[in-house]
This record gives sequence, structure tokens and C-alpha cells, in this order.
Amino acid sequence: MKKVVSLFSLLILSISVFAQGNVEMADELRSSGKIYVVVAVMLVLFFAFIVYLFTIDKRLKKFEKGK
Amino acid sequence: MMHKNWWKILGSILILYTVIGGLLIPVPKLPILHESIRNLYFHVPMWFSMIVIYTVSVVYSIKYLNSNNENHDLIAVECVNTGIVFSFVGLATGMIWANFTWGDFWPNDPKLNSAAIATLMYLAYIVLRGSIDEEQKRAKISAIYNIFAYPVMVVLIFVLPRLTDSLHPGNGGNPGFGSYDLDSNMRLVFYPAVIGWILISVWIMTIRYRIRLIENKQNQII
Repeated sequence: MKKVVSLFSLLILSISVFAQGNVEMADELRSSGKIYVVVAVMLVLFFAFIVYLFTIDKRLKKFEKGK
Repeated sequence: MMHKNWWKILGSILILYTVIGGLLIPVPKLPILHESIRNLYFHVPMWFSMIVIYTVSVVYSIKYLNSNNENHDLIAVECVNTGIVFSFVGLATGMIWANFTWGDFWPNDPKLNSAAIATLMYLAYIVLRGSIDEEQKRAKISAIYNIFAYPVMVVLIFVLPRLTDSLHPGNGGNPGFGSYDLDSNMRLVFYPAVIGWILISVWIMTIRYRIRLIENKQNQII
């Protein structure tokens, strides 16, 4: 479980680093259609949804083992 | 633990990938659709997931009739519960898409009406279960209902719309996305999206099933 979380946080981190790297250069998050903003928002949303599923799964597993 | 959960992680990664790929990878420039063609990556997998999960449900209904194992009945009902959520999300996303491309939230399209009827059929399954108190009888009757409902659902969604005119691609002489709209770039996102959402829907179903198992155990103790 911890491995999964760290994997995803690394993934998200790498994206934000990628975006920051471009702030000084081409300013991609603000460029033309601003589609990258939508990508970032949707990534956060889906990431939260998946993490939420994993935590529910984990709590349920604890409960199952307790029985 | 890791080796058992690989498919959950795979599903998660596929879906995160489709968010990035689905919005950034170039799509064919088509009139009317414009960028909204990207909805294909999110709207259509809802229906694929629903079909897969209803198929799992009917398999377990048949298994239940063979085995009389109560757990098979519980899997069947939780599959339907999950499938209904996906069909409602599919209807809602489709309505938004339809409003901006076909000009109406609910154009009089056979595929839409069929999908709505199919969803009502599965809601009836839930109502049917609620109306029978005796457990074995409930399991048996609802399993039989499920086995009859499944082929009707398949005919409603996949066969009937194809025989008449429909706005949906692949129906009524309209070529499907497969023939030319879905270019190789789109396949790169569309197939992972379908697989990802199917995995996620099965995951949600197993969570519901495991909760149901614990509830069931507690009810028997009382």
C-alpha cells in the first residue's frame, strides 16, 4: 500500500515539477487553450478518487481480518 | 499483498494515463464534434464497464442456480448495484455530450431509449429483490429474472438500435468509430480507457460484495 502511494505521489510530483520547469520558459500551464490546467484538475480529481478507493479497500481488509 | 492487487494498480494507472492522453493526444478534426470527440474516452468506457459487470452478474446468477451458494447470489446483486451506477453515469455524460453535438439532452434516438429501458429493467431487479422476504426464494427468483433480463438488455442496446436510424456511430447505417473516426492515435487512449474502467468497476463491485458479506454475517448472528 505504501509503495502504491509513494508511486502515485512521485507521479504527481514529477508532473508538477515538469509544469514548474516550464513556468519560466514557455509557461505551458497558461498557454493558448490552457488545456494543461484542465489536465491538472482532472488528474487531481481522478487521483483523489483512486486513493479514496485504496483507503476504503485497506479499511475493509482490516475489518475482514479482525473478524 | 502487492501481487494480489496488481490489477487495481493497473486500472488506476490506465485511468490516470487516459486523463493525460485523452486530453493532450491529437484527435481527428471532425465537424460538429470538434474537441468533444474526446468524450469517447470517458463516456463509452462507462457502458463497456456496465456490460462487463452485468455479464459477471448473470454468470453468478447461473452459478447460484447450480450451487445454491448464497455468496454467488450476493455477487450477482452487487454486480447489478454497481452496473446501475455506471449506467446512470453513462446516461448523464451522454446527455451532456448530446446537448452540445445533437442539440438536445434527450434526442429521440433509439439507443438512448433502449439504454434507459435497460437501466429500468435492472432497477426492477432491485425492486423485485426488495419485495421478497424469504432469502432462498428471493435469491432463486431474482437469479432467474437476471438471466432473462441480460439477453434483453443486450438486444436493446446492441441489436435494436442497429436495425433503425440512430445518431450513435455504428447504428442504422452509420459507420462505427472503428471504421474511420477512431484513428490509431485514438485507439492508443480508447482501449486503455476501456480496460482501466472495467478493472475499476470490478474493483468497486468487489468492495461492495465484501461489505455485503460482513453485513450478512452480522445479520445471521443477530
